[in-house]
Amino acid sequence: MAGRTLYDKLWDAHVVADMGDGSTLLYVDRHLLQEVSTHQSFLALRDRDRPARRPGVNLAVPDHAVPSDGRSEALTGLAAAQVARLAENARDFGLPHIALDDPRQGIVHVIGPEQGFTLPGITLACGDSHTSTHGAFGALAFGIGASDCATVLATQCIVQTRAKTMEVRIEGDLPAWVGAKDLALYLIGRFGAGFGTGYAVEYRGEAVSAMSMAARMTLCNMTIEAGARIGLVAPDATTFAWVEGRPYAPQGDAFAAAVDYWRTLPSDADAVYDATLTVDVSNLSPQVTWGTNPQDAAAIGGRVPDPEAAPTDAAKAQQRRALDYMGLTAGAALTDIAIDRVFIGSCTNGRIEDLREAAKVAAGRRVASNVRALVVPGSTPVKHQAEAEGLDRIFRDAGFEWREAGCSMCVAMNEDRLTPGERCAATSNRNFEGRQGRGGRTHLMSPAMAAAAAVTGHLVDVRDLV
Amino acid sequence: MKAFTTLEAPALALIEDRIDTDVLFPARFLLIMEKDGLGRYLCYDRRFDADDQPVDNPVDPALAAGAGIVLAGREFGCGSSREQAVWALAGAGITCVVAESFGEIFAANCLRNGVLAIRLDREAIGQLTDAAAQGALSVDLPAQRIGRGDISIAFDIDAPAKERLLNGWDEIDTIMARAATDIDGFEAAQRRAQPWLY
Repeated sequence: MAGRTLYDKLWDAHVVADMGDGSTLLYVDRHLLQEVSTHQSFLALRDRDRPARRPGVNLAVPDHAVPSDGRSEALTGLAAAQVARLAENARDFGLPHIALDDPRQGIVHVIGPEQGFTLPGITLACGDSHTSTHGAFGALAFGIGASDCATVLATQCIVQTRAKTMEVRIEGDLPAWVGAKDLALYLIGRFGAGFGTGYAVEYRGEAVSAMSMAARMTLCNMTIEAGARIGLVAPDATTFAWVEGRPYAPQGDAFAAAVDYWRTLPSDADAVYDATLTVDVSNLSPQVTWGTNPQDAAAIGGRVPDPEAAPTDAAKAQQRRALDYMGLTAGAALTDIAIDRVFIGSCTNGRIEDLREAAKVAAGRRVASNVRALVVPGSTPVKHQAEAEGLDRIFRDAGFEWREAGCSMCVAMNEDRLTPGERCAATSNRNFEGRQGRGGRTHLMSPAMAAAAAVTGHLVDVRDLV
Repeated sequence: MKAFTTLEAPALALIEDRIDTDVLFPARFLLIMEKDGLGRYLCYDRRFDADDQPVDNPVDPALAAGAGIVLAGREFGCGSSREQAVWALAGAGITCVVAESFGEIFAANCLRNGVLAIRLDREAIGQLTDAAAQGALSVDLPAQRIGRGDISIAFDIDAPAKERLLNGWDEIDTIMARAATDIDGFEAAQRRAQPWLY
């Protein structure tokens, strides 16, 4: 029998039953909930008069619609109703709930790992596509819709079909000032925004082993932008050290027993993947996007492409539309693109390491006079740690706004949004039309690159500044 | 959940790649907690300007003509997992989407809401687009065919999805009816093997 991949092992360990029609009933160990995607899920349970099967394995937190310029006192209107509804639902169904004013509050994909709620070897679901983030721990984690959230609450299971497996081998060492975000954008730009569709994507290789947990989370987080629901990194000593001692993690002997199990999870030496991609990152440059989906990515030294040079009529049409929306001219140097706004934050790049990286660039410099720049920590613990390290002071002194934790301008459901035509250098994950506000224009990049754009007023290679 | 068997309806052609769920249902409307009545927000920013005034667009005329089908390009419904994208389609009367490929979470959400997602190649979608310009298309799920008049195109669908759509079953009730004992057994075994999860 051939060896098994990490995905195979995670899948096999969670099969509850064959549904008799070819689909599989898969057990879900942990469920994260936020205010926007679960209200209808709880209604479904109320309609059926069903309880939550295992209330204690859920964790609910408001993050999407919450204000970044204050907490409960700044929450109004529909968002206030939504946040209140999550609290009511959590209370009525007995689920652990982190309120907006709780010091543990933050984006679900930041606080799950932070609290040790996310563990290697588990299945984890959440009504949010960026749930792929948690695969960085060697967990089978994926985003689901509101109907599936109801199913998970009621049955602790989900009906799934098995994905194919893909290994993405990262060879070489990432150069200085080039990180996981650049790598993710490069992969999507090179192989297309659908390269992962139908696959569970596992990142492997020396460069991945050398990555911090934050970098692995960024990489797995962006996997949904490659069309794959699931991104994975095998658990190793880095993972175990990160998890140990966190509030929800097993403690003492239980932790030791868990690590013994987690060590069995990495792919066997003779495991076979359905597909393999290999890239060498030794000469990778910082990446930015120029268009309206993440595959519209290019090295910062490049130019806005000419749609007429695109290979197919469909690609030509799509690029024309993207340039029209983005207000860009074919052939323009990317470094000539002037910006109005900067957003540093999100579940992709809102962790302490991301803020440290941006602060290194911001230190001793000033945000360009025509630019408004926001820093939104991914969680309240990240905010407090950044303040303890003096990062908030560096940002404020440079003219950045220092905000409260949440999804903020990544999803533009609170007051932080672009106005039509505004151009933003963003560390978030989607540059779709209207994503950061109707008519807003988004360029995705790393925290260092976003900070560099803030202080120069245009897209720029951070390596020219540092 | 509503069952899906056959459908005869005009089609809305949105022949673009990567129409994402932010386009299908802009995020600012996610603050609305109702599930019904979301059809008015479908592709809102393509249909209305920043002052909420109607603009020339392909969606409104098609909906006014009773469109029940969308024809699209690659990776329709990619991006955010928001089920509101499907609720908005269904609310606007669209119960069948035909594309070269789909965002995976979107496709799962379609199935949970009785919306048939059909994968076909670009050429077949081109044929259907031409046929749709002449009038309504017919969709027959039991026979797995879609077309109009002489144009009849076979489509694949996996057996679980087909059965679920035809029966319109309730997922929670179905799981508990078929697998309640299995879930209990799984939990007992997992509790012994990985007690730290309990």
